[in-house]
Amino acid sequence: MLKIQNLHAQIEDKPILNGINLTVNAGEVHAIMGPNGSGKSTLAATLSGREEYTVTDGTVEFMGKNLLEMAPEERAREGVFLAFQYPVEIPGVSTINFMKTALNQIRTHRGEAPLDAVAFLKLMKEKMKLVEIDQSLLNRSLNEGFSGGEKKRNEIFQMAMLEPRLAILDETDSGLDIDALRIVANGVNALRSKNNAIIVVTHYQRLLDYIVPDFVHVLYKGRIVKSGTKELALELEEKGYDWIKAGLATV
Amino acid sequence: MAKDDHIIQEITTKEYEHGWVANLESESAPKGLSEEIVRFISQRKSEPEWLLEWRLKAYRHWLTMEEPKWPNVTYPAINYQDIIYYSAPKKKASPKSLDEIDPELLKTFEKLGISLTEQKRLTGIAVDAVLDSVSVATTFKEKLGELGIIFCSFSEAVHEHPDLVKKYLGSVVPATDNYFAALNSAVFSDGSFCYIPAGVRCPMELSTYFRINAANTGQFERTLIVAEEGSYVSYLEGCTAPMRDENQLHAAVVEIYAMKNAEVKYSTVQNWYPGNKEGVGGIYNFVTKRGLCAGDHSKISWTQVETGSAITWKYPSCVLKGDYSVGEFYSVAVTNNFQQADTGTKMIHLGKHTKSRIVSKGISAGKSQNSYRGQVHIHKRAVNARNFSQCDSLLLGDKCGAHTFPYIDVENDSARVEHEATTSKIGEDQIFYCQQRGIDEEAAVALIVNGYAKEVLNQLPMEFAVEAQKLLALTLEGSVG
Ligand SMILES: Nc1ncnc2c1ncn2[C@@H]1O[C@H](COP(=O)(O)OP(=O)(O)OP(=O)(O)O)[C@@H](O)[C@H]1O
Ligand SMILES: [Mg+2]
Repeated sequence: MLKIQNLHAQIEDKPILNGINLTVNAGEVHAIMGPNGSGKSTLAATLSGREEYTVTDGTVEFMGKNLLEMAPEERAREGVFLAFQYPVEIPGVSTINFMKTALNQIRTHRGEAPLDAVAFLKLMKEKMKLVEIDQSLLNRSLNEGFSGGEKKRNEIFQMAMLEPRLAILDETDSGLDIDALRIVANGVNALRSKNNAIIVVTHYQRLLDYIVPDFVHVLYKGRIVKSGTKELALELEEKGYDWIKAGLATV
Repeated sequence: MAKDDHIIQEITTKEYEHGWVANLESESAPKGLSEEIVRFISQRKSEPEWLLEWRLKAYRHWLTMEEPKWPNVTYPAINYQDIIYYSAPKKKASPKSLDEIDPELLKTFEKLGISLTEQKRLTGIAVDAVLDSVSVATTFKEKLGELGIIFCSFSEAVHEHPDLVKKYLGSVVPATDNYFAALNSAVFSDGSFCYIPAGVRCPMELSTYFRINAANTGQFERTLIVAEEGSYVSYLEGCTAPMRDENQLHAAVVEIYAMKNAEVKYSTVQNWYPGNKEGVGGIYNFVTKRGLCAGDHSKISWTQVETGSAITWKYPSCVLKGDYSVGEFYSVAVTNNFQQADTGTKMIHLGKHTKSRIVSKGISAGKSQNSYRGQVHIHKRAVNARNFSQCDSLLLGDKCGAHTFPYIDVENDSARVEHEATTSKIGEDQIFYCQQRGIDEEAAVALIVNGYAKEVLNQLPMEFAVEAQKLLALTLEGSVG
């Protein structure tokens, strides 16, 4: 589904990603971990097409197409979804209105007719239940005055609504209380299928107890320096990153 | 930032949608302004002597006045002798039914998206349409007549209801009020008249459409609304004009008179031709709108969505004379390219316990200049007056300007006046967030702008809110890339 080869990206002449290689197949869940500032959000932003990040080398293939050539909204319409580490506030625009606009643009892209009000409402109710989110929140201005946890839950609600092929969750677990974490994780798991894939960026093993990954990668200084299975996350939790850094220094 | 530059460059790609000229024969006065022209107009309209005198007085006073220089707008001097002050479609202009109207004219209105026949059948909105100088059709007259509501062209009112017109004309905006009001009083050609009898709640929206069609023609219409005790009416005004290279002058006057317990809502969706991307052409929209809350517990509410005109100079105001009377002003003003807008309101608190609320949302793009100018005056005897003002500016790009000029005069210590102002830009992160959900930049800007203006758009009747939303998006279309 996703094939990243030797990806280099920079912001304002500062190289951040220094040769990422990663292949994600349909049905897989990949966790990306790594110290603060190692480039995890940058990777997510680059994949979703944020303009400030310039790709200087490498290729990214998504569903057999060149992802890097596509505009951000095209990537989204093709099925790339990013749950933001810091969701953005849009005053005066409700989540409902926002989702209606988004869903209909995506449907148009797929050559489908826009959903009528009844069908939209039905879909919404179904997804609301999935992530246990209240309609009053969805009527409010998008993310405006939302608590940290509400914002994250709202991101997962949007993911549920748009049913992406590839979802990248950037620290969706941070700021969540224990119950919310479970709810969000359940929501994500419910959306897992053999046709889609998920990349989970996280600092904590805890989330991976709920969303069990097929692979775990460690990102450090813009490179994936170690990959393994879910046991790697446990090891990191126990030992921190120093042993990996030390291991790199001796190479 | 590079992206902002891009936004600015792209901002100018959308052309004006209503820029066609109807193929109508018209009869015009010769260019220029003089006592003779004033007499010509009055005679054409077979007006009574008192109205001619009223016009002449206004004209003579106008001669002694100077064009205001204080608005934050610049434009080349207007040559008042180069304007045609009267132009009427040639076919007979006071049809008894829609069937008598020139089919070309009906086509004109259909192109505008206001088919009078459609309107009549479907929407239940009574429409008075003013093309150039003459009012051409008023629908729903009979139905309104049963309730004692008068809704007709101004000329007709002069003949059919002379006492009412004589009593209220100039009672809120005197003929000598300001330069453009005086000009209008001298040469006004038509407009709408509306009278709601005591205790009557007007069951439908009343609506006037204005369109300038003939070249070199100024449009000077007058609207007069009288709401008797305990009555209610919601009034809508829309306007468009064809694309022309030269600037055209539009100097209208709207007067609202509200008695005890009466409520008038006046909504405007202004879409005059704004000029092209280089700033050539466009309408000079110099308008005086004022409402008088004459009776206790009366309420006047102005809502305006200003997207058109090369220059807008307009301050819909409320004089809160009755105790417990309420004035409201909700405004969205969008400027793009080289448009200039200096708009706002005046809330004059005279009565006790009077309340006013101002919500102004300016949106500037391109190289436009957008100013809010507002005055809140709490008079000595206005005990316990309240005002709340919220003035927000939204900038797209960094070649445009947003300015706020609030004037607050408080002469009574018991007054409470609150003023809040913000300036913001559409954030790249907001646009990217939308894009990441599959929404393209253009739609993202429209979404964000409509969200920003929501508090004002919510004040509009449903179908006009939809129209206004589309207009906002249209005005800003191409504003990002
Ligand atoms: N706009 C920017 N200008 C300059 N430097 C930036 C910018 N955005 C990111 N960076 C830098 O790029 C590096 C990687 O940042 P990134 O946000 O990708 O880290 P991260 O792995 O997601 O960290 P965290 O775990 O703290 O979220 C950091 O050093 C950061 O300061
Ligand atoms: Mg991050």
